[in-house]
Amino acid sequence: MEQQRTVSGSSQSPRSPSSQPYLSVSVTDPVKLGNGVQAYISYRVITKTNLPEYQGTEKIVIRRYSDFVWLRDRIFDKYKGIFIPPLPEKSAVEKFRFSAEFIETRRQALDVFVNRIASHRELQQSDDLRTFLQADEETMERLRSQETGIFKKKPVDFLQIIKDVQTKMSDVVLGKEKPVEESNAEYEKLKHYIFELENHMAEAQKHAYRLVKRHREYGQSLSDLGKAFKLLGDCEVDSLGKAFSELGTKSEAVSTKLQKEAHQLLMNFEEPLKDYVRAVQSIKATIAERANAFRQHCELAETIKLKEINLDKLMLTRSDKVGEAEIEYKELKAASEEATRRYETMVRRMNEEFLRFQEEKTNDMGIAFHEFARGQARLANGFADAWRSLLPKLDACSPVSQ
Amino acid sequence: MMDSENQGFEEAHLYASKEEMENLVLDDPLNDTKSHSNYRSAMSSLLSSSAASAAPVVVTPADSDPLLAPPPFSDFHHTGGGGGAAADSSYLDPPSYADVIFSPFDADTAAEFNGVESPSQRSDRSASFSRSSSSAAASGAEHIKITVSNPQKEQETTNSLVPGGNTYVTYLITTRTNVPDFGGSEFSVRRRFRDVVTLSDRLAEAYRGFFVPPRPDKSVVESQVMQKQEFVEQRRVALEKYLRRLADHPVIRKSDELKVFLQVQGKLPLPTTTDVASRMLDGAVKLPKQLFSESSVVAPHEVVQPAKGGRDLLRLFKELKQSVANDWGGSKPPLVEEDKEFMEKKEKMHELEQQLSHASQQAESLVKAQQDMGETLGELGLAFIKLTKFENEEAACDAQRVRAADTKGLATAAVKASRFYRELNAQTVKHLDTLHDYLGLMLAVNSAFSDRSSALLTVQTLLSDLASLQSRAEKLEVASSKIFGGDKSRIRKLEELQETIRVTEDAKSVSIREYERIKENNRNELERFDMERQADFLNMLKGFVLNQVGYAEKISNVWSKVAEDTSGYARESS
Repeated sequence: MEQQRTVSGSSQSPRSPSSQPYLSVSVTDPVKLGNGVQAYISYRVITKTNLPEYQGTEKIVIRRYSDFVWLRDRIFDKYKGIFIPPLPEKSAVEKFRFSAEFIETRRQALDVFVNRIASHRELQQSDDLRTFLQADEETMERLRSQETGIFKKKPVDFLQIIKDVQTKMSDVVLGKEKPVEESNAEYEKLKHYIFELENHMAEAQKHAYRLVKRHREYGQSLSDLGKAFKLLGDCEVDSLGKAFSELGTKSEAVSTKLQKEAHQLLMNFEEPLKDYVRAVQSIKATIAERANAFRQHCELAETIKLKEINLDKLMLTRSDKVGEAEIEYKELKAASEEATRRYETMVRRMNEEFLRFQEEKTNDMGIAFHEFARGQARLANGFADAWRSLLPKLDACSPVSQ
Repeated sequence: MMDSENQGFEEAHLYASKEEMENLVLDDPLNDTKSHSNYRSAMSSLLSSSAASAAPVVVTPADSDPLLAPPPFSDFHHTGGGGGAAADSSYLDPPSYADVIFSPFDADTAAEFNGVESPSQRSDRSASFSRSSSSAAASGAEHIKITVSNPQKEQETTNSLVPGGNTYVTYLITTRTNVPDFGGSEFSVRRRFRDVVTLSDRLAEAYRGFFVPPRPDKSVVESQVMQKQEFVEQRRVALEKYLRRLADHPVIRKSDELKVFLQVQGKLPLPTTTDVASRMLDGAVKLPKQLFSESSVVAPHEVVQPAKGGRDLLRLFKELKQSVANDWGGSKPPLVEEDKEFMEKKEKMHELEQQLSHASQQAESLVKAQQDMGETLGELGLAFIKLTKFENEEAACDAQRVRAADTKGLATAAVKASRFYRELNAQTVKHLDTLHDYLGLMLAVNSAFSDRSSALLTVQTLLSDLASLQSRAEKLEVASSKIFGGDKSRIRKLEELQETIRVTEDAKSVSIREYERIKENNRNELERFDMERQADFLNMLKGFVLNQVGYAEKISNVWSKVAEDTSGYARESS
């Protein structure tokens, strides 16, 4: 059973007559294009919405993996402090094989990715999201290729100034040897939690993946045994021969159930766990960004102080450098305020995001656990029913002398 | 609970963590866990305390071949064997049989497991599954119960080349029987593995044509590779199985060899098998005499044994020559295997052996796969338990606590399911072991068939011998009749030849009788084997399926609960 995660802004389906705003996206129909090293997969991205910013109620575009990467990178830059939904891994190697399993898990992960953005209060406002969902393929390609490698032109100067300051100011001047870090006990706890959490989730995911394999192996062995029993049945006569052959057939049937369940397990249990790990890694990236923001804020604050002192000195000596210094000071002041503002926004956002993250994960895991348990119960029931149906037949096969 | 069990599937590290899991998990006991643990504790107390008194309660009918599906019942009543009790509990019949007949988590079922009535109930079920008995067992009263236990190291006392002496292991072999021939109802002896080899060899000689159960391997390699303790234990189990099989064979159980082995204290009074080298040496010594004497004769009493393995090299060569002539010679041998039915049967046995081997391999794969499932589920459960603890410790909001609770539910279920898989597997092993057992028995079948063909070869050889002796005699007669008054030397030779012919005739008669006897044994044994095999296989299938059903139901229940507990999420997502 597939999980279509068409999460909308409200909980209504797109088809209901809505006064409520909705935005739902689905990533479907993976198609392999190109050859050899150039080969890639394209996806149909279908957007259904009644939001005014969007053109029309339904739009279909074709996107590839690197388009999703573009979107993620843009949002990561613009929405500092928000835990950006994670993308499935790049994996250059697996790409070549393009196994059905790989294609399917990637498609599902991309679908989840876009929908998370579309249902996030702040992220759904993003222009880049709109572009991603609506732009034609040529535009998308142009945008995508601009991204490769280096950072592109950023609006204005503040960031530039901040960066300049960073390169100009050395730790020696500031009199500090080690990088500046926040000394916030609660935040420290949070960071520790995140780092520990990654370990736990990674281990859980590892075992989940192994479990998928075990299901497949178990299925294979039952199938092989079934065949062997059938052959053995051919050596035996009468009812015993029949018994073996019935058992063999059932064994093969049960084996099929196992293979099916293995796939379900992969898509609905292992992948969500993997997604969890990625989400935690995304948080770590945000944590790193916050550390940067904090450092910039601190460094600029320091720089400002020094500049102030310098400026006062210059004023006292009525140097002709005063004018220049004043301008520089004003720019730096603005930059410093910007850096502080960015930092504080990040802190605020992160606080909200932590809560949202916990709720999202509780929900995601709840669903995953539910699917897992249902699948296992379904499998076990299937086993019980199949084997049980054999019992009357076996009972009927009494040995001759009895 | 499981800590006391000696299942090979457990790994050390998992033990420790399992302890953790038990502590964490069992605070919300599910019905089945309780009933399960009650059942087990009832059983183990039964084992340890009233082993002796409980023995008569269980009908250990002579036909309860360890090959049968529910061997656990006989394993219940280990006498004396130290490590036995613990190992036994792993052989306890699972509630699964009961579960299929009753419903899995009945309070009634749980109650049934407690208390002493259970063994008889189980044996009733056992009786209903056990195969129809051969005549000996139908009488119900006769039984021979053999236990192998108490391995001990002993010193070789005489002539050892190695200073400090050789050590070897002896096993205590205890027999309980009501068969009058034994002249006693319970007795024990100490035997070493070498004695078992002797027993096995003597039986093979005495019971040609019978499907004599094969003895455990000498397995020199394994004894080096394995830990001494493990190896000794493995051997102990194998010996017990072997002796019990012997005791189950309707003809062999009456043999003197077995009686002597089980009863006579001290040194085993059976002739030992001298090794091949010294036999060949003996034979080589005799050979020149045989070749140079005109009348080399096979003594009639020797023809009841095959040429191979004996000391008579000449006879060996003759029979070899005959067998080559059979295969490649232009003319038909003097006597052939005519029994078409037998030949068909032989073909079938061969085919059966192939398929058995194949199925046996697949059964092993299945067992491994089930084991792995259980293991991985357990590891998954453990990982989630740790996660639960972690989230609870660090909980800063309700969402986390809810998630921790959900995770715990899943973890608990995974651990339970993991246990069920392991139990399922332990039972599966027992059932599918029937395949391995019969594969081993095919050795006995093949050896019985080869007894037949070597007896036939002996007959054929003797017939050829006779034919050539007679033609020589004729020639001599013709030649000597041409000389008037007789040719003293020729006449003497003729008389010697005629004597040889007479002896050879006797040998021929004996060998034919032997051949017929072996054929008859083959026939009877095949019949018995077919019947027993069909019954055993049917039981194996039934047991296997019942087991799967029982555990599938339990596992399903475990997961259904979790699915129910998390059903709120399902509604939200659709």
